[in-house]
Amino acid sequence: MSGRIATGLLLGWLLLVFVFIFAPIVASVIFSFNSDRFPTIPLGSFTTHWYDTIFADAEIGEAARNSIIVSLSTSVIATTLGFATAYTDYRYRFRFKGPYLALILLPPTIPLIIMALAMLAWLSWIGASGQLWSIIIAHSVLTAPFAMAILRLRLHQIDPDLEAAAWNLGSSEWRALRSVILPFCRPAIISAACLTAAISFDEFAVAWFVSGLNKTVPVIILEIVQGNIDPQVNAIGSLVFLTSMTLVVLAQLFFIARVGRA
Amino acid sequence: MKDPLVVLSGVVKRFGTFTAVHRLDLEIAQGEFIAIMGPSGCGKTTTLRMIAGLETPSEGEVRISGQVMNDVPVHERDTPLVWQSLALFPFLNARENVEFGLRMRGVDTVERRRRAMEWLERLDIGAFAERSVDTLSGGQRQRVALARSLVTEPRILLLDEPLSALDAHLVIRMQGVLTRLQRELGITFVHVTHSQSEALAMADRIVIMSEGRVVQIGRPREIYRTPGNRFVAEFVGRNNILSGISRGDAIETALGTFPAAGLPAPGRPATLVIAADLVEISQAPRDGAIPCSLISEEFVGATVTLFLEAADGTELKVQVPERALGELNQHAGSRYHLSWPADAGHVLTET
Ligand SMILES: Nc1ncnc2c1ncn2[C@@H]1O[C@H](COP(=O)(O)OP(=O)(O)O)[C@@H](O)[C@H]1O
Ligand SMILES: [Mg+2]
Repeated sequence: MSGRIATGLLLGWLLLVFVFIFAPIVASVIFSFNSDRFPTIPLGSFTTHWYDTIFADAEIGEAARNSIIVSLSTSVIATTLGFATAYTDYRYRFRFKGPYLALILLPPTIPLIIMALAMLAWLSWIGASGQLWSIIIAHSVLTAPFAMAILRLRLHQIDPDLEAAAWNLGSSEWRALRSVILPFCRPAIISAACLTAAISFDEFAVAWFVSGLNKTVPVIILEIVQGNIDPQVNAIGSLVFLTSMTLVVLAQLFFIARVGRA
Repeated sequence: MKDPLVVLSGVVKRFGTFTAVHRLDLEIAQGEFIAIMGPSGCGKTTTLRMIAGLETPSEGEVRISGQVMNDVPVHERDTPLVWQSLALFPFLNARENVEFGLRMRGVDTVERRRRAMEWLERLDIGAFAERSVDTLSGGQRQRVALARSLVTEPRILLLDEPLSALDAHLVIRMQGVLTRLQRELGITFVHVTHSQSEALAMADRIVIMSEGRVVQIGRPREIYRTPGNRFVAEFVGRNNILSGISRGDAIETALGTFPAAGLPAPGRPATLVIAADLVEISQAPRDGAIPCSLISEEFVGATVTLFLEAADGTELKVQVPERALGELNQHAGSRYHLSWPADAGHVLTET
């Protein structure tokens, strides 16, 4: 009996936590379909007007295109880098491996704003600032450690004999990497690609510092908010949320996916 | 040996300062079923991995068909290994696992599939071809691993304790499958195991290893009945081992003096080995029999091993058929008398 009460309390608590976390997002989604200019209660009538205006807005369209290019490129580069470093760690033993790993995993622990400033200074110094690919470089550095962490976990699950079994059956090291290690890591690779894309898609500070004229969606949002109160922001925000959430959920689904073929 | 398939000469393997294999010399004939047996950690796997090229010898030479293999990379050796862990590819189904070696050799899809299915059927698992290997039972997975290694028609198959994870009744069946395959294919099997029943049942010759060294090579009966040294006498079978001094045609031990053949010069140390199944036990005292009391017993199906203790504390073992037990009326502390025919003793000259 008391067990059931405890379960009930726990469920209530969980619900409260979820409300606390998601209420602002839900509010933003609701207001994005609200005809009133100001976010007040009672609500006005239902409208898709704000979505129509953002889809018609060339600047926002440009930003969306930039964001998609940046996050896709970042995802490919960061996942490749992450895989290469994780595989090096899995396969080889060498001196200074500890420091090597620490160095690679460092970027996410540096405050974003510092990272952004450093990136700006560095990229301007080598004359690569203000380009779309400046953001791609910066985001790749920033997100590669996440990809590496996911792939490293996956490689730790591999039967250490598996790769050697492939050599033993006639595959060169390169073939074995392609026909055994990569398929084994596939769920983790997809997971890492989704997660790095999501991080890049949402990332504001670094993008704002190094983007120059090539604004991404989060940068545009800030510019709109700085101007005046505009329900368009709710509409963009809802779409960004939908995109990131989808990517993150996909990342998690693949992360927990068991090997099998299913 | 004429034209041996595999020759290991003076092979040493060191890991850092630790020597896993000491100066190993071994010749394996074409078509021979050889078992490498020894306790865990004695260097069996390391030896097998050196044949497969997964470890490079620190010293010495590995030759296959006369060719020195030391610098031939793993994937060019054609020495398939059935792994202790099986190492099946979890992201491939049973048939795709079997096809793997053919795929690496560039065999086309249709031919690949045909040969894989042929092997799966030969091993009675054709029905599971499209199943994920995760969903197969231990015995079925074992067969997939075997098919995967044999589909490329190698000259030699290496097996690293592949039966150690199976249930006892499956082990016997797989032993049958392995010996039948080896006869039919006529290829060399090098089977690593720590199980003497496996080695004794299947092998043409057995190599006994201890702490990185070969301590005896011989046919199963030789190893079983005439162990070459104390280690083998303790490791294989159930033996009573008595240290003593040679008196020419008899050996003097703490339990008495027993006639034996093959003793060293009088006065030299020697060891007498008497297999437990050759010892005779009775309740009535007999001339020259050793009085003992029963400590414990071990049932293995139709045979029972009795563990007894002589007056001076020496432990002795006797194996008797289960149906003979009734007459013995045994319980802990029961007193018995042990003896053996003069020709049952086997003498070791080293101690
Ligand atoms: N890669 C390695 N590095 C260090 N020591 C090893 C390595 N492989 C095996 N050994 C050691 O060599 C010895 C023999 O190992 P192994 O050949 O696997 O024994 P077995 O197969 O007979 O149980 C063991 O003591 C083991 O710890
Ligand atoms: Mg082993």
